[in-house]
Amino acid sequence: MASGIRFDKVSVAYGANTVLHSLDLTVEPGEVMALLGPSGSGKTTALRAVAGFVRPASGRVLIGDRDVTDLPPHRRGIGMVVQQYALFPHLRVEDNVAFGLKAQKVAKAEIPARVTEALEMTGMASYAKRYPRELSGGQQQRVAIARALAIRPGVLLLDEPLSALDAQLRSGMLAELARLHRELPDVSILYVTHDQVEALTLADRIAVMDKARLQDCGTPQELYRRPRTEFTASFVGNANLLPVQVGSGSVSFAGAQLKVPTGDVASGVSATLCVRPHLVGLGDGPNALTGSVSEVQWRGSTHRLYVDVDGHRLKADLRELRTPPALGDEVTVHFAPEDAVLLSAGVSKDG
Amino acid sequence: MASATLSAPVNKAANPRKGMPKWVWALPPVAVLALVFLYPLALVVQQSVQPDTGGTSLKPYADVFASSAFREALGTTVWLALGATVGCLVLGFALALVIAFVPFPGGKAVAKFIDVFLSFPSFLITLALLFVYGSVGMANGLWTDVTGAASGPFQFLTTPWGVLLAEITYFTPFVMRPLLAAFSQIETAQLEVASSLGAKPARIIRQVILPEALPALAAGGSLVLVMCLNEFGIVLFTGAKGVTTLPMLVYSKAILESDYPGACVVAVVNVLISVGLYGLYRVVSRRAGA
Ligand SMILES: Nc1ncnc2c1ncn2[C@@H]1O[C@H](COP(=O)(O)OP(=O)(O)O)[C@@H](O)[C@H]1O
Ligand SMILES: [Mg+2]
Repeated sequence: MASGIRFDKVSVAYGANTVLHSLDLTVEPGEVMALLGPSGSGKTTALRAVAGFVRPASGRVLIGDRDVTDLPPHRRGIGMVVQQYALFPHLRVEDNVAFGLKAQKVAKAEIPARVTEALEMTGMASYAKRYPRELSGGQQQRVAIARALAIRPGVLLLDEPLSALDAQLRSGMLAELARLHRELPDVSILYVTHDQVEALTLADRIAVMDKARLQDCGTPQELYRRPRTEFTASFVGNANLLPVQVGSGSVSFAGAQLKVPTGDVASGVSATLCVRPHLVGLGDGPNALTGSVSEVQWRGSTHRLYVDVDGHRLKADLRELRTPPALGDEVTVHFAPEDAVLLSAGVSKDG
Repeated sequence: MASATLSAPVNKAANPRKGMPKWVWALPPVAVLALVFLYPLALVVQQSVQPDTGGTSLKPYADVFASSAFREALGTTVWLALGATVGCLVLGFALALVIAFVPFPGGKAVAKFIDVFLSFPSFLITLALLFVYGSVGMANGLWTDVTGAASGPFQFLTTPWGVLLAEITYFTPFVMRPLLAAFSQIETAQLEVASSLGAKPARIIRQVILPEALPALAAGGSLVLVMCLNEFGIVLFTGAKGVTTLPMLVYSKAILESDYPGACVVAVVNVLISVGLYGLYRVVSRRAGA
């Protein structure tokens, strides 16, 4: 019973404030789609439209091929996990997990086995008799996931499920979620997050949201290697965004000619060149740029250099340097032509 | 090792200071409490065992317990208080649910008004009910105007049911206030997750909201129970001649019959019942998981 999710021109408004603008997005059956965007960009709103807690002002929401736009939440058969766990505090772990099964009138004899199955899937079987307050945050979130999975939903909605956990726990849970999805390949997952690492790690595709609109959608590799917009480039991974004049087969930046693939971008327009900081090298090489070091950050395994090139700040992430340059030193940095991407969206004539 | 060195300074700090033991600080409040509260109570108890014929005996108790007026008042008081408490809990829970979870314009104003309502004197509500349902009130007036009958159909206000209605009307907000506070603590996310798991509103109320509101129900219920047991103004103002509660009996014995020992006996019984029922209620509500 694999069923995808489809947003069909879904708009949501609170009063005069449109918080979701004509969203068109399809989550394929069994796919993990991450909704990635800064806080307030409308991610939660989109997720709540699927769950049935906000009514679209216009547009339709489909689960499988069923139009659920007018269906109350309790008839949608969706699993939902939220940031603050939302476990029922007066119920033991097993009763929390059984809640949905009872609500859906699953045969009484079947419930204990289903509860155990769900708890085993999340590694919480030995905590069945505990109360939520007796569990750590990470354990509570596992119970919340077990509770959502127990009803065997076709669609699982996760709203920043790891945000309340500390960094180490988060990476462990990320691996757990990936494993869960391998065990349940038919479940379509909509995963809301503002954390690019979570999105890149877990998602089959990422939908990038900003200012109530879908900005970009693609596989993590596409978005990371070939971003189309400045927003995507800087939100999915780190980016140097350089304002350039496009020539033929090269661009000019700060008086230097840089050899980069220009694709079908017309010659003579202003555009933005995206270079990932970890692809910038120190010393002479192709596309060399010279500037003075304005900041050096040691990050353990890497050094982050900020280099002022003609008033533009260039970031370079370099493998830990034996002797890092001092502030104010003149340095040369370079990058390979194939490591630069000319952003094709929003290109303006003569900017 | 580490813990031993760490805990050493803590132990030192926890050592009680030389000088006055802590219980000394409890003396002033206990003394004040005894003076303004326990002493008058002791006087009442003392008076209740000193019949007018002189000496000290339990005769006033025997007399009072033997009178049918007392037994009737006792029964009336307890069932009115229990009935009013149950009514307040049911009505208060339903109203608080609507105010807290059904968005409607003016909902905030209603919640504010409940605070104001708590400050009203109890007889005011009774007076208002008299205006509406009294024998010459609006409802009956409308009826006689329309039908030409000599009197209207609403004559219940002077019966125990009238007292019950007035008490429920007046005391319901006392239940709603703690309930609204409890409801505001319930995460919306819990209710939403419950409904996404397939629970209809009735199930959510029963299995999520009600269990989390039990402590508030217990608190509001026990408060209302005790206040109803001791309610005087409402019973007096409904003018229900046939409804005699224990406080009314105290009043009539002391003021109308000048039977002070008798009045004190009833008062002592009233206090014991209040404390007893309150204690019972707390035990029961704690059992219920509050
Ligand atoms: N119930 C609401 N009433 C009014 N505005 C809301 C409500 N819920 C969300 N918003 C607004 O909608 C916008 C998007 O919110 P949300 O979808 O929660 O963003 P995100 O999850 O991406 O952080 C925000 O500007 C927020 O203030
Ligand atoms: Mg959000």
